[in-house]
Amino acid sequence: MRDLTPTLSLERRGGIKKVLVLGSGALKIGEAGEFDYSGSQAMKALREEGIKIILVNPNIATIQTSPLLADEIYFLPVTPYFVERVIEKERPDGIFLSFGGQTALNCGLALHKKGVLKKYGVAVLGTPIEAIVLTEDRQKFADHLKKINISVPKSKAATNLPQALKIAKNIGYPVMVRAAYALGGQKSGMARSREELEKIARDALAISSQILVEKYLHHYKELEYEVVRDAYDNCVTVCNMENLDPLGIHTGDSIVVAPSQTLTNDEYHLLREASIKIVRSLGIVGECNVQYAVNPHPSLSPSPSRGGKYRRIPPPRGGRRGGGGFDFEVIEVNARLSRSSALASKATGYPLAYVAAKLALGKSLLDVQNQVTKVTQSFFEPALDYVVVKIPRWDLEKFRGAEEKIGSAMKSVGEVMAVGRTFEEALQKAVRMLHGRVEGVTDNNFSPEELERYLRVPTPKRLFALASAIKRNVPIRKIKALTGIDPWFLYRVKNIVEAELGLARNKKLETDELWHLKQLGFSDRRIAHIRNVPETEIRKLRKKLRVTPSVFQIDTLAGEVPAKTNYLYLTYNGSHHDVRALGKKSVVVLGSGPYHIGSSVEFDWSCVHTALALPKYGRQSIIINCNPETVSTDYDMSARLYFEELSFETVTEILDFEKPEGVVVSVGGQAPNNLANALSEYGAKLLGTAAENIDRAEDRNKFSALLDRLAIPQPRWNSFTDMAEAQKFASEVGYPVLVRPSYVLSGSAMSVCYNEHELEWFVNKATTLNKTHPVTISKFFTSAREIELDAVAQNGRIQVQAISEHIENAGVHSGDATIVYPTQRVFASTEQKIMKVGAALARALTITGPLNVQFLVKDNRVYVIEANLRASRTFPLLSKATGVNFAEMIVASFYGKSRRIEIPYPSSVVVKSPQFSFARLAGADPLLHVEMASTGEVACFGDDADEALLKSVYATVPFINKKAVLLSLGGIMNKKRFLESAKALLRAGFKIYATDTTCDFFNKSGVKCSKVYKVHESRKLNVLEFINQKKVAFVINLTERSPDEQRNVASTITDGHLIRRATVDNNTPLFTDLFLARAFVRALTTYKLEDLKIKSWQEYNKS
Amino acid sequence: MLGRLILEDNTELIGTSFGARRSVSGEVVFATGMVGYPESLTDPSYQGQILVLTYPLVGNYGVPDKKVWESASIKVSGLIVSNYIDTPSHYSSRRTLAQWLAAENIPALEIKDSRALTKKLREKGVMLGKISFSPSPNPSPPGRGKSRIPPPRGRRLGGGDFADPNLRNLVAEVSTKRIVKSGSGRKTVVVFDCGVKQNIIRELVKRKIRVTVVPWDYDIFAKRLKFDGIVISNGPGDPKMATRTIAITKIALEKKIPILGICLGNQILTLAAGGDTYKLKFGHRGQNHGAILVGTKRAYLTTQNHGFAVKKIPKGFRAWFVNVNDKTNEGIIHEHLPFMSVQFHPESHPGPLDTGWIFDEFIKKLE
Repeated sequence: MRDLTPTLSLERRGGIKKVLVLGSGALKIGEAGEFDYSGSQAMKALREEGIKIILVNPNIATIQTSPLLADEIYFLPVTPYFVERVIEKERPDGIFLSFGGQTALNCGLALHKKGVLKKYGVAVLGTPIEAIVLTEDRQKFADHLKKINISVPKSKAATNLPQALKIAKNIGYPVMVRAAYALGGQKSGMARSREELEKIARDALAISSQILVEKYLHHYKELEYEVVRDAYDNCVTVCNMENLDPLGIHTGDSIVVAPSQTLTNDEYHLLREASIKIVRSLGIVGECNVQYAVNPHPSLSPSPSRGGKYRRIPPPRGGRRGGGGFDFEVIEVNARLSRSSALASKATGYPLAYVAAKLALGKSLLDVQNQVTKVTQSFFEPALDYVVVKIPRWDLEKFRGAEEKIGSAMKSVGEVMAVGRTFEEALQKAVRMLHGRVEGVTDNNFSPEELERYLRVPTPKRLFALASAIKRNVPIRKIKALTGIDPWFLYRVKNIVEAELGLARNKKLETDELWHLKQLGFSDRRIAHIRNVPETEIRKLRKKLRVTPSVFQIDTLAGEVPAKTNYLYLTYNGSHHDVRALGKKSVVVLGSGPYHIGSSVEFDWSCVHTALALPKYGRQSIIINCNPETVSTDYDMSARLYFEELSFETVTEILDFEKPEGVVVSVGGQAPNNLANALSEYGAKLLGTAAENIDRAEDRNKFSALLDRLAIPQPRWNSFTDMAEAQKFASEVGYPVLVRPSYVLSGSAMSVCYNEHELEWFVNKATTLNKTHPVTISKFFTSAREIELDAVAQNGRIQVQAISEHIENAGVHSGDATIVYPTQRVFASTEQKIMKVGAALARALTITGPLNVQFLVKDNRVYVIEANLRASRTFPLLSKATGVNFAEMIVASFYGKSRRIEIPYPSSVVVKSPQFSFARLAGADPLLHVEMASTGEVACFGDDADEALLKSVYATVPFINKKAVLLSLGGIMNKKRFLESAKALLRAGFKIYATDTTCDFFNKSGVKCSKVYKVHESRKLNVLEFINQKKVAFVINLTERSPDEQRNVASTITDGHLIRRATVDNNTPLFTDLFLARAFVRALTTYKLEDLKIKSWQEYNKS
Repeated sequence: MLGRLILEDNTELIGTSFGARRSVSGEVVFATGMVGYPESLTDPSYQGQILVLTYPLVGNYGVPDKKVWESASIKVSGLIVSNYIDTPSHYSSRRTLAQWLAAENIPALEIKDSRALTKKLREKGVMLGKISFSPSPNPSPPGRGKSRIPPPRGRRLGGGDFADPNLRNLVAEVSTKRIVKSGSGRKTVVVFDCGVKQNIIRELVKRKIRVTVVPWDYDIFAKRLKFDGIVISNGPGDPKMATRTIAITKIALEKKIPILGICLGNQILTLAAGGDTYKLKFGHRGQNHGAILVGTKRAYLTTQNHGFAVKKIPKGFRAWFVNVNDKTNEGIIHEHLPFMSVQFHPESHPGPLDTGWIFDEFIKKLE
């Protein structure tokens, strides 16, 4: 029998009264909203134990930084310096490192190595730090696994290029390169040859001191297990998952299915046992994720005599089971909560982070109740009676120059999860959840020429290429050979394709066929499209034939025990409902769907606070959302949770079933907002502003007419379907002009055009994208400032409002802008004008609920650019800055219960900084423009704007302690405008390096600087080599005007682009906006690091 | 081809057939494991039962070679799933599940709302039922996706139609008729085949044990068998029907021969030693049942498949394991003599491999 001694002494844990929790900071590619979920759950678990919680997380849009859970919240960078100072001040007994992703883990490791934790007597709770250290060192970890007889792909760690090349030669190409301590597989990749390896290894070594070169396992299956272990050595694997995509695509970028579909009992359980063996050997207390590569054709694997040596793990107990050999390798272990664990948690209903937190406090799996069933304990493995499919959401088209190909480095920005009783049902739901534009896997269009490439090269489009290929009768065997995708999945897609072909062939749509199609996940709209009838007709037919979905519970036990769960989904593979309708006392709140560029955790914040506020008015909340990374989809945020599509069809099915009082469309961002009209027409009651008034703000023509009627200035604009007229208008108002389609979300397909040529080029591109909608062209002001008004109104009267200011000039998307509250450079008279406009709009549109207005200010004139009658991105920021919860105000306004609040002038300043993920998107040009590109944000408080800005910038980019900068400023105006800042840098002791003319200009102007040479000048130490040496703390690169000028010569990559790329590729901070750069330099030269105050949000709010 | 599953309370569910077209009756039970249908279908403990698998996709990896089955043939009377997959993908697959069912003349239905069925079985306890291919008394065309629940006072289909398999001697039906020997080693263990799963034998053989499988009613003491220990296997039905095995076990207890009981064997050992058993309202049928090692904070995840359980622990014994959730008995062990038994399946197959060490514990006692 095994040793029963707990790994941590009970006395040690008994003394834990105060715990420091580290968050993951801004959302970025590889580290997104899932850590708001895990941190929040962990904090719930701590609260239940009466433990005081200190949180460090600068991500102001999260739920965990709302004053619901933590006792003290520090909006500070999660870096060793700041966290040490928080520890010094707060003196916590313990620290949680596993709930804030790689950021928290890396920070914790650094604190451990520096001896900080020991110095202040802070215990690492949960998994011992030694285990974390071991899993993070790829070489040591591989050795450890070999020691316990677990096979890993042949590999070796390297710290320099020659070493890496030598290892690869030994192993044999192709090889896989992974960077140590990196998240989301950053800079990893597969190399087929020496040349490819040189490039990948060099890039990886630029961000990490150690890389691992390993045998590449071509077209292996990829599987994952989520393991939980307590201090008494009890272990369960909560979920296993199978990637539809074979090995080689990062699991974050893979389509993932839970549970596994192609494993036999023996395979499933041998992998499970190996996972447990690994977790035990590491002494994990809490949660751990293990990823495997499994050979789909073990008899075909290379023999030890040729190629790589494939060790076959002796099965942990006894000989081979289940005929044929079983050949697998461990490829990755994460000794912390991860994206996969968030998915597993939502897929099974097992609250992994909550349980892991309890276990970290020394509880046993036998003591922690199953929060879903409330009748069983946490020592069990969920049995699913449904299938879960996760599909990542990529926004690669939003990044100019970014490669479409996906691989071992994660590129997706969000994900959706769908639940069904057939794989087809779940898959097709998931496809629709992604954008709301594509109706299913068959909704695609590939030419035969494109097809093979899209099959062979993994891209976000590959799933659709599968269906397209099957439709074109490409044999399954060939598709399998090209893609490496298991035929099981291909046959499921084939099933969908065949059903659709049948639908097109059959004369009449019979009841049985309709059932069959719905059971395979076809939407009404898709069926209608194939039948060439309106969508409403299919819906009518369906209702007549009583083909309607069932409401099923996700109960973790496949119905074996009666569960009190509120976690629901819809399926057509059923004939009963598990629950009864909540009826009139309930309200449906529509969530935001997948995170993507332009819609992120900030909307989940509004959604959660809305759901939490509803009970105050005697209402039960029903959340609909399909994003597994959110807190809104947590088990205890609402009375009911439908893990479902935010489509008209699904939302109305839920409304038909639940018969609620009404529905809230204004807190989940643009996606639910777009449903306002259709839902209202369907007869649903919208809480708050009426649908026709939402439409008056959304529809450019109607909104413009309204502004004219209210005599509110707006930039001149018009809509065009004809190129000649567009050009005529543009020359009338004068270039530059802003071009965009109607119903804009985060500037998709929006662009500034500086001349006729550019306009023509861009419009041709935009109109092919969107034939039915006209293109809107408006006057673009240069050198204008951008101001935002956020407010909540009730019956047309503003009840609370706040004005914030962009540091950058207009032209940078508001999501990418650095925002400061309260305003620093705005005249009181301008603010008065802004508030007047807000009041007029609220009155005219009889607004009840949220209002966000974006203004341009030029020459003291105020222009309205757009208004949103929904909670905006800045709601959580302003709620935390003002201490007034705007989301709660929204709900109060719905019931006529909001009180007017005058916000006093704050004594502190908050600055929001965007987080960019350019380093993860090879090829993308890290330059800001009217289209949004940031993936997340942080915000920090300070006594003044400089202090807040400095903290906030430090929270988004890694700073090195070097007193040197590189300047590359395009155009004479930029140089002149930066001169004072350059002098300040020099005074502050910075050594200035500058390119070419920038250097000449500054030297002439009395600012001493050293020259680095241009890329094309074949002089020694050109600017790229210089950047690679990491000599500077940051780089400022200003272009003369908009990047859009480069567009029509897209193939040429400019020096500027190369400089910017090299900078982000070296993890060096980059500034590309003059105003932000100047503000940053002022802050940097005003405040020393040690001057930055360590004050919690509660302290700022008191003063 | 449509068929019907009719329960003893007259509930009628319509499904598409994917097995043999043969009407059968049996006890309807469900199992919640997500993998392992070939193992479950050949598990003799399911003799006489119509098995409902709650995981909705079944057939994914086809049917492997016979040598890894749990017995030589399918033991369930019928199979109910939500979504049958006829396009398996696995290197070890030899044929599809439908082909296998047809070859063994076992009926199977695809009933979309298997969850409704599961919930009914959970609420009402285990029920008798039958799979029928005779024309429906209600001729209206069924919606493919819908099951039909008839009005409460529907036509009585006649209780006689629902043969209760528990009235039969199921153990006698599935037990071997002859002695089968396998393995080699210093020690010999006799396995009472009350419906033994082959993996119990594999687990013993793997540990260098000579195994002699004998019929459930074989008097090992009357014949000149040489052995060092006894394993009482799993099996179907009510343990009290296995009177012969109980009687022989009593002698073994007197002779202080090391005994390991598994599942039904746990109940037989209990009865032989003077304890008592009862029928559970909710049987345990899944691969995710936690069993706590009594007196410790350790629990193991186990496979379970039983409708009866130990009520009274016999004198001289103590509880060895209890269920994490309903606290029912999961095993007994003698205070000082080498007698032990578990209610779960340490041999797994299907299920987690957490408790294989039970065999090691038993083998230690053979020394």
